[in-house]
Amino acid sequence: MTIGVLALQGDFREHMNMIRSLGVQVQLVRFPEEVALVNGLIIPGGESTTIGKLMVKYGLDKAIIERFTAGRLALYGTCAGMIVLARNIEGNESQPHLGLLDVTVRRNAFGRQKESSEEDLDVEGLDTPFHALFIRGPVIVRTGPSVKVLAKVAEGPVYVQQGMLLASSFHPELGRDTRVHQRFVRLSEQSLNQEV
Amino acid sequence: MAEIGTTRIKRGLAEMFKGGVIMDVTTVDQARIAEEAGAVSVMALERIPADIRKEGGVARAADPGLVEQIMEAVSIPVMAKVRIGHISEARILEHMGVDFIDESEVLTPADVVYHIDKWQFKIPFVCGARNLGEALRRISEGAAMIRTKGEPGTGDVSEAVTHMRVLMNEIRKVQSMPEDELVVEAKDLGVNVDLLREVRTLGRLPVVNFAAGGIATPADAALMMTLGADGVFVGSGIFKSADPLPRAKAIVAATTYWDDPKVLFEVSKGLKEGMSGIDARTLVELDKMQVRDS
Repeated sequence: MTIGVLALQGDFREHMNMIRSLGVQVQLVRFPEEVALVNGLIIPGGESTTIGKLMVKYGLDKAIIERFTAGRLALYGTCAGMIVLARNIEGNESQPHLGLLDVTVRRNAFGRQKESSEEDLDVEGLDTPFHALFIRGPVIVRTGPSVKVLAKVAEGPVYVQQGMLLASSFHPELGRDTRVHQRFVRLSEQSLNQEV
Repeated sequence: MAEIGTTRIKRGLAEMFKGGVIMDVTTVDQARIAEEAGAVSVMALERIPADIRKEGGVARAADPGLVEQIMEAVSIPVMAKVRIGHISEARILEHMGVDFIDESEVLTPADVVYHIDKWQFKIPFVCGARNLGEALRRISEGAAMIRTKGEPGTGDVSEAVTHMRVLMNEIRKVQSMPEDELVVEAKDLGVNVDLLREVRTLGRLPVVNFAAGGIATPADAALMMTLGADGVFVGSGIFKSADPLPRAKAIVAATTYWDDPKVLFEVSKGLKEGMSGIDARTLVELDKMQVRDS
């Protein structure tokens, strides 16, 4: 199995290192043909407008949607990645995005950088809290019926799953706790089974 | 309880800029063009370095009203410059909620001895450096991000290249240094030995390191990425060129696909004239911005 990390812009190296630390093979993805090499794809933290524009310009959006729709790709978006995965972006529908995750996100929901914070978060299915870093992070303001909320803060859900889609407002790749990435590796294994 | 303004949160925002382009803008329209082109952040300032160089006089922080308008106009993070050591200019920007402060040698220094104690702020700072010593001294003062200085406003990339080469070379040297030599090296560089030890372990700076100063073409950006930059600042290179938007888009693509000559060729061809520029070797010492602090 191989996990890809979309390497157009952002902290893709941190995701790569974390997946590697779990003993899973990693492929950086910058071209459409590289999408076919992976069973799971992480869309990292970064600037969502930058990642979205490059994704469309170089044809990655079509390749990702196609492989996902065929059931052969799991997707995980952190922060900017969550925005890119979302169906609706509040007040900014023209921003390029994949529209796969049935939620509406609010960008910079906590405010500007001076409101960015770190805190312990209770996550469904985890025995102990997850220490979460929110950096100009988004919050989900609408969840579709098939979306499961795994963690939330006062402003709204910040960690959700919908089938083969996983998204978090926070940045597990910047810490040492690998539990979110482990969940995504397990999810990607399911897409691998589809392959046979 | 949620904690704000921690070192991890400050350095973390810089991590999100990696592989991206931060563009100097002086108007709301330019900020919108930068966002449209795919900039990860804009640097709001009153005059771009090329004009500061040409017009002379004292260069100060931009009118906070202009910075505020730019913050309202774009959804991406906004940075702004303050003079070296100008605590009060920085406090105004922090109050306004600017996302990042650049304590910059591009402006006329307010304090010729001391830099701002950046640990006292909840928002992150970026500072310029020409070598490992300068970079680590700024990090000790609380900088959450470093940019190599280059020679701003020239459109000549050579100084940025020199500074990145020197920095990377010094890091490689430290990586193979035994403990006894490391202690003396820390003394020679005027830096904390623990910080130098961290550089030895990581094989890089403990914060994100961008290239800046003289980048004017997509190939310039790709060159700086090749030399190990985490991303690039483009100052005068975009809005002093004949057709800013296509050039800005091309520089964004070149920063992502820096190691792919095919993409670099595609984005580089047919761009209208770049900024005219100045050969950095013709500058006298007094005209160099990079020597304003150390």
